[in-house]
Amino acid sequence: MTFEPLLAQLETRDRSGAGCVAENGFCPDWIADNYERYVDPFVQHIYLTIIPVAIGFAIAFGLALLAHRRQWLVGPVIGITGALYTIPSVAFFFLLQPLTGLGNTTAIVALVCYTLLIIFRNVITGLRAVPDEAKDAARGMGLTDRQMLWRVELPLALPEILAGLRIATTTTVGLAALAFLAGAGGLGAELDQDPFFKSNVAVAGGLAILLAALLDVIILGFQRIATPWQRAGI
Amino acid sequence: MSNTDSPPNSEAPSRAAAATLEFREATKLYPGQSDPAVDKLSLEVPSGHICVLVGPSGCGKTTAMRMVNRMIDITDGDILLDGGSIRDRKPAELRREIGYAIQQIGLFPHLSIADNIATVPKLLGWDKGRIATRVDELLELVSLDPDETRDRYPAQLSGGQRQRVGVARALAVDPPLMLMDEPFGAIDPINRERLQNEFLRLQKEIRKTIVFVTHDIDEAIKMGDKIAILQKGGKLAQYAPPAELLMHPANEFVEEFVGADRSLKRLALQRVRDIDLWTAAQVREGEPVAEARRKIEDSDIEIALLVDDDGRPQGWLADAALGGERVERKLRSAADPIVELDDILRDALADLLMSDTRYGPVVDDAGRVAGVLSIDVIGNFLHDAPTEARSGAELVEEEV
Repeated sequence: MTFEPLLAQLETRDRSGAGCVAENGFCPDWIADNYERYVDPFVQHIYLTIIPVAIGFAIAFGLALLAHRRQWLVGPVIGITGALYTIPSVAFFFLLQPLTGLGNTTAIVALVCYTLLIIFRNVITGLRAVPDEAKDAARGMGLTDRQMLWRVELPLALPEILAGLRIATTTTVGLAALAFLAGAGGLGAELDQDPFFKSNVAVAGGLAILLAALLDVIILGFQRIATPWQRAGI
Repeated sequence: MSNTDSPPNSEAPSRAAAATLEFREATKLYPGQSDPAVDKLSLEVPSGHICVLVGPSGCGKTTAMRMVNRMIDITDGDILLDGGSIRDRKPAELRREIGYAIQQIGLFPHLSIADNIATVPKLLGWDKGRIATRVDELLELVSLDPDETRDRYPAQLSGGQRQRVGVARALAVDPPLMLMDEPFGAIDPINRERLQNEFLRLQKEIRKTIVFVTHDIDEAIKMGDKIAILQKGGKLAQYAPPAELLMHPANEFVEEFVGADRSLKRLALQRVRDIDLWTAAQVREGEPVAEARRKIEDSDIEIALLVDDDGRPQGWLADAALGGERVERKLRSAADPIVELDDILRDALADLLMSDTRYGPVVDDAGRVAGVLSIDVIGNFLHDAPTEARSGAELVEEEV
């Protein structure tokens, strides 16, 4: 559990070239020649974002549905997920290593933990914001609790739920840049290998930003399609 | 979602058009409370009638209504729907057979108007074509244009339109019983009156059994075939048709609740044609004065009404008009206000109070004089209580 392997990597990083490259500058030519080296880390970064968010969503959503009918659960769940949320990510990756070793598992476990609080809280908030009169009418017309949940409460909570999903996704893209500390690679590994070379930082960092923006737009687009009533102004 | 929990016979909504409802000492006692919210409520609602539950806040009227579809479970006594105890029914199934409309309407903001109305038909597994037909039918029934309305969202409609959709949704599967909790409570007075009238007309068509909750005695008098006045502690103070309630309040509480102006409220239940009008001498210009004087002798009042050739009132004759051989066109005052036979008595009285003359000529549909209304006539009417006073619902029905 030391930084040794990382320092070693830093030293062995091979980068030849003159002028711009030697001066650690921002070199379009070098980027054009070397973009393939970022493809795999980029794909790995997508993986490190989508898998934890998906797992985190499943867990937090399930917990929220449980807590929705048993409100006493809300406090403890927020307490536990909140505690997880406050663990510094660097520490988390190292802390998990004795349990799950180096690699994807460690990274994913940690990243999942960070999504739980945000998604759980947003699902709960969304469900609580469903108008009482809509629920009363639903019950009065003979919807069972289950039908009410899926036909009335969740659709109306959807904007809030998706808002949580967006925050969780963006956060995860950022945190996944540290997943290399758990030996899971990703764009963070590229950044770490040559942090003083502006071209490298620009491409690796830029791809992370691009990924965050792209996923955000996808969720937002889904929200617009899934909640047409929200745009039906008066 | 599956519909496995809907009853197998849910296909047929064409059951008896209206149910009978009976409260039998129905009681709701919340745990930890010493006094019941509803205390041994017993009353019967015949099929096709509107029963209004009215009373001050905290009297248990909403609780009583919600006990019917088991939104609140009774703790003692029973409620019978078409003779069968609601206690034996699964709440969700029972509720699908009972229309439900509340003051806050509770439309689902995420569903189109059509989908809102289709809520219960979908629960019962109706096919798409049948639902679409029914939705349009219902929109027309509540005076909304199906083409303009069905694909919109609740937020795009006005309060009055939303209220209509709420009623349409409650009627979707043609339920034999409707529960309505202050359905027009959140609407401004002008639109409320319109919706009330519309609803009474609709009721004439659909003849549902309706339990209608309100805190407004005027609304109760207008809407109810029978009114149940509840007092604090969920006790029934009186259950009677509106006119009887106004004429013979059972106790001080009822008397106070219906208001010191209960005699005026009775006027709201009557039309001018319902009471004995005075006769007036109808005199034409150029008629022999002797003839006119004879007519005045025979009439209930001492002044004569000048009418045109078609019998339409022109004005009250001045004494000077009868000075010569023939009646001259000399008026002491105009024929104002002119009251119509179909006017509500209360409105006619208001007109009389506003005018200078104490008499109002009453005209029929053709505008011919049918008699004379005066404040005295109305006063006499209120003293000699009529045996058959009517409900507000019947009044509106006549307008159709």
